[in-house]
Amino acid sequence: MQVFKIPESIKKGARFTFCPGCDHGIIVRILAELIDELELKEKTICATSIGCSVFLYDFLNIDCIESPHGRAMAEATGVKRARPDKFVFTYQGDGDFASIGLAESMHGALRGEKVTGICINNTTYGMTGGQMGPTTLLGQKTTTSPMGRFTGTYGYPIKVAEQIALCDGTAFSARVAVDSIAHINQAKKVLKKAFEIQLKGLGYTFVEFLATCPTNWKMTPEEAHDRVKNEMIPEYPLGIFKDITAEDK
Amino acid sequence: MAHIVIDENRCKSCYICLNTCPKGLIKKSQKTSKLGDYLVEFVDPKKECVGCALCAARCPDMAIVEVHK
Repeated sequence: MQVFKIPESIKKGARFTFCPGCDHGIIVRILAELIDELELKEKTICATSIGCSVFLYDFLNIDCIESPHGRAMAEATGVKRARPDKFVFTYQGDGDFASIGLAESMHGALRGEKVTGICINNTTYGMTGGQMGPTTLLGQKTTTSPMGRFTGTYGYPIKVAEQIALCDGTAFSARVAVDSIAHINQAKKVLKKAFEIQLKGLGYTFVEFLATCPTNWKMTPEEAHDRVKNEMIPEYPLGIFKDITAEDK
Repeated sequence: MAHIVIDENRCKSCYICLNTCPKGLIKKSQKTSKLGDYLVEFVDPKKECVGCALCAARCPDMAIVEVHK
């Protein structure tokens, strides 16, 4: 009995072009498995961004629209309003979502656009060479903060999932990680819930993924996963910060 | 019979699977990729694999393309 196969939503023969050990691959696979599971392949439109997340349309066999830097939410808004019957999600990195595109993302959440936002938080600008991003942890060394990020000059990192949860138009906001099997399974469940809430048309749904960037962190993939566990999760706690469908509400 | 299939064209030698297999059935191979990195191979002479698919769940490049139970 075959218990694992490549999801049908992945393009035939597609090979991920991410760096070795990059968590983007796991997240794209989870995404493809859910699109298969919920049978959304024919009705999905994705707005991709700039950064490592840009390659999504090379791997997924769905309709994608390429957005200018940070404007994925603006394009997703247009797509969803023109075609409300479609399933729309954005796939962005933390620099795209929370720095350049913070206005679009935040106002999209405030308007309660019925789309899903996916933000991959790896605490750095991966594609351009590891510069300091909005989510860079305090003390983390990057190419533009060689002495480490300190608050006097650079301020504090943004906690995106909590900020989005504060917006009244948000129906669901959560943070997950993919550093271990347990977290991968949990991430898939949370993302499925976000998709289902969008399909019910209840409001904006958002999932932040804690991911690794072994190349720019200058670590092996397993060391990078240890960093997620020991440094990132204490700073960016996992969990569901808002869920309007929760029963105990 | 439980086994996995590794696609060598997809494997980028990140070696996450080496630590993931609870029985240590995935090992570094002597074969190299186009870039010169050692690939991984599935070695299961005692038929210990139970098809748990943990390796496939953690592989970031979908290089473990099939898992059979």
